[in-house]
Parts: sequence; structure tokens; C-alpha cells
Amino acid sequence: MTPSTSSAITLNINGEKYTLPVDHRTTLLDALREHLDLTGSKKGCDLGQCGACTVLLDGRRAVSCLQLAVAAEGRAITTIEGVADGERLHPVQQAFLDLDGYQCGYCTPGQICSAIAVIEEHAAGWPSAATDDVRPEAGVPALSAEEIRERMSGNLCRCGAYVSIVQAVAQAAEVQGKEAVA
Amino acid sequence: MTTTTGITSVAGAIGSGRTRVEGRDKVTGAARYAGEVPFAELAHGWLMLSTVARGRIRSVEDGPVLAMPGVLTVLHHGNAPRVDIDYMGMLGRPNPIVGIFQHDRVPFAGWPVALVVAETSEQAREAAEALVVEYDVEPHDVAFRAGRQDAYTPESTPMVQPETEKGDVEAQLDASAVVVDAEYTTPEEHHNPMEPHAATARWDGGRLDVVDSNQGSSWVANELAQLFSLDPASVRVRSEHVGGAFGSKGLSPHQVAAVMATTVLQRPVRVVLTRRQMFSLIGYRSPTAQRIRLGADADGRLRALDHQAQSLTSTVYEFIESSAVLGRVLYDADAHHTLHRLVRLDVPTPTWMRAPGEAPGSFALESALDELAEKCGVDPIALRVRNEPETGPVSGLPFSSRNVLACFEEGARRFGWADRDPRPGLRREGRWLIGTGTAAATYPSGVGPSTAAVTAEPDGTFTVRINAADVGTGARTAMLLVAADTLGVDPDSVRVRIADSDIGPAMIAGGSMGTRSWAWAVTIAANELRERLALGGGIPPEGITARSDTAEAIGALSKKERHSFGAQFAEVAVDVDTGEVRVRRLLGIYAAGTIVNPLTARSQFIGGMIWGLSMALHEEAVRDQVSGGHVGPDLAGYHFAAHADVPLIEADWVDDPVPGDPVAIKGIGEIGIVGVAAAIANAVWHATGVRHRELPIRPDRVLRAADEARRRATDGIPVGMEEGGTRGGPAEGGARGGGAEGGAPGA
Amino acid sequence: MREFGYERAFDVSGAVALIGSDPDARFLGGGTNLVDLMKTGVERPALLVDVRELPLDRIELERDGGLRIGATVTNSDLAAHPDVRRHYPALAQAVLAGASGQLRNMATVGGNLLQRTRCGYFTDISRPCNRRSPGSGCPAVGGEHHNHAILGASEHCIATHPSDMAVALAAFDAVISYETADGPGELPIDGFYPPVGDTPHIETTLPPGALITGVTLPPAPVAARSRYRKVRERASFAFAIGSIAGALDVEDGVVREVRLALGAVASMPWRARAAERLLVGGPASAEAFAAAADAELAAAEALPDNGYKVTLMRNLIVAVLTELTEEVSR
Repeated sequence: MTPSTSSAITLNINGEKYTLPVDHRTTLLDALREHLDLTGSKKGCDLGQCGACTVLLDGRRAVSCLQLAVAAEGRAITTIEGVADGERLHPVQQAFLDLDGYQCGYCTPGQICSAIAVIEEHAAGWPSAATDDVRPEAGVPALSAEEIRERMSGNLCRCGAYVSIVQAVAQAAEVQGKEAVA
Repeated sequence: MTTTTGITSVAGAIGSGRTRVEGRDKVTGAARYAGEVPFAELAHGWLMLSTVARGRIRSVEDGPVLAMPGVLTVLHHGNAPRVDIDYMGMLGRPNPIVGIFQHDRVPFAGWPVALVVAETSEQAREAAEALVVEYDVEPHDVAFRAGRQDAYTPESTPMVQPETEKGDVEAQLDASAVVVDAEYTTPEEHHNPMEPHAATARWDGGRLDVVDSNQGSSWVANELAQLFSLDPASVRVRSEHVGGAFGSKGLSPHQVAAVMATTVLQRPVRVVLTRRQMFSLIGYRSPTAQRIRLGADADGRLRALDHQAQSLTSTVYEFIESSAVLGRVLYDADAHHTLHRLVRLDVPTPTWMRAPGEAPGSFALESALDELAEKCGVDPIALRVRNEPETGPVSGLPFSSRNVLACFEEGARRFGWADRDPRPGLRREGRWLIGTGTAAATYPSGVGPSTAAVTAEPDGTFTVRINAADVGTGARTAMLLVAADTLGVDPDSVRVRIADSDIGPAMIAGGSMGTRSWAWAVTIAANELRERLALGGGIPPEGITARSDTAEAIGALSKKERHSFGAQFAEVAVDVDTGEVRVRRLLGIYAAGTIVNPLTARSQFIGGMIWGLSMALHEEAVRDQVSGGHVGPDLAGYHFAAHADVPLIEADWVDDPVPGDPVAIKGIGEIGIVGVAAAIANAVWHATGVRHRELPIRPDRVLRAADEARRRATDGIPVGMEEGGTRGGPAEGGARGGGAEGGAPGA
Repeated sequence: MREFGYERAFDVSGAVALIGSDPDARFLGGGTNLVDLMKTGVERPALLVDVRELPLDRIELERDGGLRIGATVTNSDLAAHPDVRRHYPALAQAVLAGASGQLRNMATVGGNLLQRTRCGYFTDISRPCNRRSPGSGCPAVGGEHHNHAILGASEHCIATHPSDMAVALAAFDAVISYETADGPGELPIDGFYPPVGDTPHIETTLPPGALITGVTLPPAPVAARSRYRKVRERASFAFAIGSIAGALDVEDGVVREVRLALGAVASMPWRARAAERLLVGGPASAEAFAAAADAELAAAEALPDNGYKVTLMRNLIVAVLTELTEEVSR
């Protein structure tokens, strides 16, 4: 029996339900961009190598270019279009705007989604490759520039806006007042 | 109808930091780039590229593919619409790669051989993968190396004069107390803007409408009109938001393919390049092999400067990577020679890439200056002070303004240069050896003709129309500030329309010429409008519009050496046991005329410096000699700096008035990268005592060089023969002057 | 990418049954190294069986001090887990050194073990590659190979295994559990990746259709003092050109126990047993570390452009063992 190569699926995106037929080959990124007119998530490499397509899946950051749409059914998807509170920008968005944390803007939605998750991951006590001592007894290091740089490294920026992005993430973390759990 | 009397005069918009006009759209995902504008009945095109490096297409087996689900058409040399590539465009003759599907010849691996168009992108991709193309393969040659016998000196072009010469270089070298003679190489580098090239084309009411990502929509529209033999007025190209360009976004095969397909299918067609396709289709920076000979008196005064640069081009088009030009600006010498040589290979044609010429050229020249400083025992900054020219070293023309020494002075102060011990290999922090380095930067401040229109609207606001492209530079915001400043109004009352060829011709966003060119046109129009409004009277419903065209004024510019300048400073840490190099600090100080928007200008300078960092440590495309194509052409195989590579970088500027210049803006798009790789390489030498003359300074190269240096220290081989190879020994008069090269690193 | 069927499995036996013996079927975990290979045409499955929702997402500390890690545990959860960080810090460090935060959130332990090589010839279907297309040749030997293997390679393939996680697992004697239609099975990581020989296309010793269900780390008190060091061509988000997982127990200046595994030098994570044998019972000194490194690397076969790896690995072995010795004495 030849299996069906497409499915009707329902995706939960930014709190709304979208029902659509998808070719199984369609990635979440292409479903967003080509089928749902949610073009904020960007396609920089389509191979999981640049981070421009970063979205949040069940609150965790993921690259939507390697996520098949059909496999995303049942998960809570948050895209750049869904991170602001109505007209009020998310603190990370506001910091990127104020500190010029971007130039061409193409990697920006991915950087912002990633940064939102970085602040959460750090608050949850996750160590990183920049963390000297990963043992739980050592506690969680402060979200220093070095920690931010390592944690944000999955988001490439060719314009070279890294310096102001790191400052923006630090500022947003401070504004949000997220403290790392010990 | 409103009256003009209510305008409040506001001064000083230029020079005040302002967040980007389109910033909110960019941080919310609302900004739509070329592949994101929706059209009903949109079809998707997928390019198929040659897998052989040279030969002829024997057959394109499109039959089976046409029967695949959703496939609408397959275009190839056997059936594609004919185009005319025999025309003269704004920047010269077109690269023949835009004449896709016109013949069966394959001049390099990655040449477009077919376009598959289907209802969905998934169907188009699979059909393109399934398409069988047969080739008659011919032997290819893709081997770029120094000293190829078939290298030739190209003819002069309006863009590049291949050779300049004054005095007798050999005689001056013979008379020099100190000589540096060294070879430097830089690899093939790729622009890799984050947004892949994309175009959607459609016929709309008899006009060709192309939504594109480019550096100049007038430019692309004009090229498309000529290519397809259309009335220029019937072509409209828009590029509202552009996700980076860096020299790569002009006319490329994807727009041509989209136009061909929409013409055949009579429905909108989008063609988006994959990241891998970008490595073959949009140009790149040629690898270079450069030889520099410097001869100086014992105190470092230059007697001879000889810079010979070899780069490559394709078999179908000539492009010169003008690496040797910056010596014509930076340093004078009694004898002065600069030369470019080309090798024709079976590879894609290189093109402009951020600071074309100056970027690889400055790595060589500014490294050589550092080697000279070392040999003379002179501080690298003092050496540059000693060789500061009064006028253009080759042209003899006056500089419009030249404040490079002020950059060094301010940079040295902020970087703490005065405390530097010049001896290499002395500073250690844990496993890291620490060093600092510096280099000069320069880039031409050019200008191109532009038209602009500024309208006073009946509601008291102003509309500026200038066909700029905002490739991430903040062009929209800069033009807003320029217009507000000239009109003397609140910037919030000004809106700027850009990136639409219907606005009228303007300079491209390229060559650091955009802001200077557009600002000039906007200033003239705004000034005229201001004068007209000063006469009083009402504003009619259609507003009052003043227009400008700078072509004549540009033609009347006096002949001068017009350039931006800068000084780069770097601190690095090197682990010679693992070969890792980390940049710990970068500081760039620039003299670049009037800075329009300090907020975005700083971003752009720093972005350029990060390019320099990437060039120094990461970037290198690898070509497989057997297949003639790339190995790992994607963002995992081709590295540029990630967040973790980039330390706190500072960029600032000194006052740089340009007396008598009508705009006094110089352009800042490229100068940030110039000299950075040399400053980093010089810092690596200072840290380890080993010169790196081959980019990028990868861990394997650091390890090999350290091994080599250790062996030399053990075996007592004379100094001056490090990685990359200083040419010649004392017997050939090459490495005279000796000088300590430092001990074995880490020993 | 050709069209394919998609099924979501909710229990292990169901997943195994769905795959059956279909050579064109693949398990889909995080997709971070399957979907990309499908896009480049290296993988062309006809059916994907999504195993991400299988109940294999737990990490449990076993009574004997070992650790049982479910196959669908994400890399992020593995690296963040207190027991992993406490008892096997090098494993947490290895995982954190790999990929990016996004990819670690998606990638699973099972999938990480099954990563394919990143050799640029393997991932380009227009080129020959014995691993992808048996018998077609290995262009890396005479071509671009500066990041290829120096240990255990053959003329048929010089590709390296790209996983960081697997290097730490190799150091800690991980045992890989799997399920087939015929029932469960186990493989020590030592035998999980077969020698390259003339069959580089055979990448694991898993039986056909097997689903990895988990990884068990035997108790290893020495692992509490362990480190992972990774060298790469940019500071983050890049594959290793050389890496090392090391653990050391020293008493009175004498090495009591040592674990060493090397990454990016072979088609598998390379357990440095020769070095370990030399070290145990000997002095914890720089000279002994260097001698052990030399013994391990004596078998290295370098090509023109990857010989630096011998120096690099030697230096890394000495550096990491020295750091661990200093840690012991603190």
C-alpha cells in the first residue's frame, strides 16, 4: 500500500488554530511563509545552519526549516508575529529597535525569537558551553556578554550586528528582571 | 489648502542618532522581503545548475519531468525565450551569466542549465532533482596559484587601471637599507547575505513588474529592459527591503529566469536561490596571490613600493580584483609600482564584494608595513606618520581631506597603544598568548548621478522620493535626516520613498557611494523646495514638488583624491597548542566626512570590522580540483563569524570636514573592513612571533606555523622564512635588514 | 525531496512495526540530520515514522549510580539535567559544545548517535562517495580533507563522525539499547560503530529496522571529574576539528583511573585505550601524558592536509589531563 503523501493538519500558531492541507515535504517554515502568509520567519539557509527561521515550539526555540509541518501538529508554535503584546513590543523587540540590534533585518526575527528563549533558558538554570563549571552545585553564572554570545551563536548575522544584539539581549533580560534559579 | 507659514524650523537632524524608520517592521516580522510578497496564482521556479566544470549540454531530458505532479514547464537552452546580452549597462557590459539558457556551453560548475517551474516549491525542487541532463565533458582547469605562467595584465577599464608606475623600483630597492619582500594570499570569499536572492516576476497591465532583492532597482530595471528588448518605461522593479547585499545583488540569473518563466506561463513566477546555488550564481571575491616589496631607509622612509596582485576571472567575463590600488592612496615612495594580473579559469566570474580590492589588498600591504616596522625597529604608527604623503602618491592630486593620522592618534590614545612592548611572544594569560596590532584603512569616496524629488504636502508633511536601496545601511533613515536638515523641519514630518524604479534613476547602494550620491540629490531638491516655500503662498492639493538631477554637478567636480580613511586596532589571544585565535578587542577610528546618523553609522562600521574579523579567521571557500566545484558550499562549510567570535568592538570617528565639497558626506559602507585582517594578523605576530601571510588564520595553519618555527629554532634555520614564505634570501637581496623575528612561540 | 508517507508512533512496538523491514523507511526524531539530508538528496525515504512522542524521554539515575537516558531525550534536556552535570560533567559539556541552542532543543539522543558525517563530498550527491554510494570512490583522499580522519580510516573513506555527545559516551562505556521486531537488544558503544574497512556505508552494527530506545551509562565515579574540550574553526556553532573527553582519578601523584576519547579524528568516537593503558599506575606528569598521547597517536595516518591533527590531539590530551590533574589537587 502506498502511504498518503499529504495530510490535513491543524497548527496552533500564536494562539490561533490554522487548518491546512500539507504535502509531507513541507517544512514548518514553508508552511508559515508560503501557505499561511506568516513571512516573519526567514529562510536564510534552509539547512539548519543560520537560525533565521527560529520559532518557539512549546516555548522552546527551534529551527523551523528542519521541522516538518506535519510533525508540528499538536505543538504550540510561536513566531515573531506572536511575541508582542498587541501594539506593545516585547522587551527584546524594543531593545533591538532602541539599540540598533540589526541592519538588513533579515536575521532579526530569528535573533529575537532566539533571544527570548535564551533569557528563559538561563532563568531555568541551563548551563552553556561558556559556563566554566557545569555541575549543578556551581550554580548558574550571570547572563554575561560571554554567556549571551555563546547562547546566541546559532543565529548568524552577516551584517555584523552582533555587538548591539548582545547589548539588546542583556538590556531586555534586565528589563524582564529574570533571575536565574540557583 | 494649507499655507507654508506654519513650518517650524528645526536644525541639526544630521548628526543626531535616530532609530530606523522601518525598525518596527523589522523587529515584528512585518517587513516583507522579495520572496514574501504574495501573488495569486504564484508559480515556483527552481534552477538546476551544471555538475560539470566545462563542456556542452548534450541533452536535457525534460519529458519525464513534465509529467511529474504540478510541473508547469522546464526551460533550458532548447526552448527558452531569447535574450540580448550585447548591450552596455550602467556599469558596463553584462556578465554573460545573465544570458541563461541561450546556448549549450557550460563554462563552469554551477552554470544554470534549466529552470523547472511548478505549482509548489516542493514539486519544483523534486522535479529539478529528477531532471536528467547529459553533458559532453571537457577537461577543466580551476587551479589558482601564485605565479601562473598564463597570468596576463588586463586592459584598463573605466573602473580599474591595472598598472601604475613611477621611478625605478629595482634601483630604489638596491639603494634601500631595509627591504621587505613577501607573498600574501587570500582565499575565495563569498558575500552570503542572509537573505538569498529572490525575485517574483509578473506581467501587469502590459508592464513587467518584478519584486526583487537588489542594490539598485533602476539599475536592475534598466538591465532587464535591455536584456529582453523592452521599453524601459514598461519595466518596474521594486526592492522595498533587502536582506543584505555586499556587492552581490545586481542582475543575476534568478531575475532573468523569473521573467522568462512569467513570459512563457503568463502567471506570476518566483525564483529563490538556495544557499548552495548562491556560491555559483551571484559572484564572489576572487582569491588573490600578492607580492609586496618595500624598500626603506633605516628610519623607515619608503624608497620603493611594489605591489603586484594576481586574481582570477572566468572564461566568459573579465573582472579585476583591484587589490593593489590602495597603495596609490596610502603611501608615497621614490619608486612606486602597482600591478594587477589575471588568470582565466573554468570558474564563475568574481564580482565586487565589500571593499573590493581594498579588503584583500590591505591585508597584504598593511601586513608588509608591519613587517617593515619590525625590521626597522620603528613603531608601526610612527612608520605611517613618516610616510604620510602630501598629495596623491601616483596622481599628484590634492586630497579632498585626509585625516588618517588623526585616526591613528585618537585610536592609539583609546587603545592604550603607548604602553605596548613591540617585542613579540612575550605576553601570556593562561594558555593564551596575547598580542596587539594596527593597520591603516582607506576607501574611495565616489559619487554617481541621481535624481530626487521632494514634495511639500498640503497637510504640512513632506515626501522625499529617491530611488535608493536600503540594504541594511539605514538609507531610508539617512535620507530622512538629510531632507529634514535641509528643509529645516522636524524629521517626523518627513516620509521617504525608496526602492522603486518608477521613482526615477539614482545611484546604486554600492561602492560606498549610495549615501553621498543620494544625499546630494535630496539636498538640491530640498533646498529648492525650501526656497520656493519661502516665497509664501498656498500649497495646492497635489503639493509642491522640487526635483533634482546631480549628473551635471558631478561632472563639474574638481579633480581630487577623495577617500575615507581610518585606523584599525586589534588585540588577539592565540593558543599555540590548539591553533585557536580569538579576537579580544577591536577598535576602529574613521575619518569619513559628515556622519549622517551616528546610531546606524556605528553599526555599519562595526559590521565592516566584523567582516574583517571573519576574513582574518574564518572565511574560505574550497574548490575541488577534480570536479571543479565547491566542497561544502553552505553555512556549515563556509564559516563567517558567529556571536561567540565577536568581542566588544568599538567604532568612532574624528572630525573630517571636506572643504568645498557640496555634500561633505563620504560613505562608510566598506571602510570598516579595510585593514582589519592585517591588524589581526599583525597582532597574531605580536602574540606569537609568527607571521601569517595566508588567510584565513585557521587553527591548522597556526599549528603548522608553530611547528615550523619550533623546528627552525631547533635546527637554527635563519629567520625570515615563516609561513607563507618571504621570498628570497640575502643572496637575492630579498630579506635584507634581518631583524629579530622573535623566538619560538610558546617555547 | 521525493514524496513520502508520514506516521506518528506512540509506543515502541508500534514504531518498530511501522518501519518493518522497509529499507526506504526512516525513523524521524528531531529531524536535525535527516530533514537536511533529505533536502540535499542524500536521503530519499518513502516513509517517515515519527518517534518523538514515544515515552523514551526520561533520564533516570540508577540504584548502582549509573544513568539511563531515553532515546528521545533532547540534547538540551540531557545537558541541563542535574545528574548528568553532577556525575558526568564531560557529557553535559560535550552536548553543549555541539550545534546551537535551537538544534539541541530538537535533536534527540538516539538521533545524535546516528548522525551522518559532514564530509563535503558525502553531502553532495553530484560527487562520488563510498559511504553514500558504495564503490563510487573517495574524492576526499586526493581532495579537500583538512578536517578528515587520521585514525582508523581506510582508502575507501576518511570521513569523521561529527558527534560531540558520542565522544563523551565512548569515554564512559555507554551501552546502547534498541528494539527490533524480534525483541530488545544491546550494543556497547565500542562495537556500535564498525571499522571503516571497505564498507564505509555500514555505519552502525544495529540490526535492520532497529529503533534505539536508550543509552545506559554504567556507574563511573571517575566521571565526576571529567572534561570535554573542543577545537573548531570558529568559537561556536561549528563541528570539531579535534575534541577530547577526559576523566582522571589521581592519588598521591599516581594515575588510578583514566578515560580518554577523541573526536573528529575517526569515523567513530575514538576511545584512546592505548593511552589509558600506559597511564594507569604511572605518574600524573606532563611527560607521562605526552608519552601516552604519542602511544595512542602512533597509529595515526595523516594525509597532506590533516597532519596537524596529530599535533593538535597530542596537545589536547596533555592539556586536558594536566587540567584534570590540577583539579584533583585542588
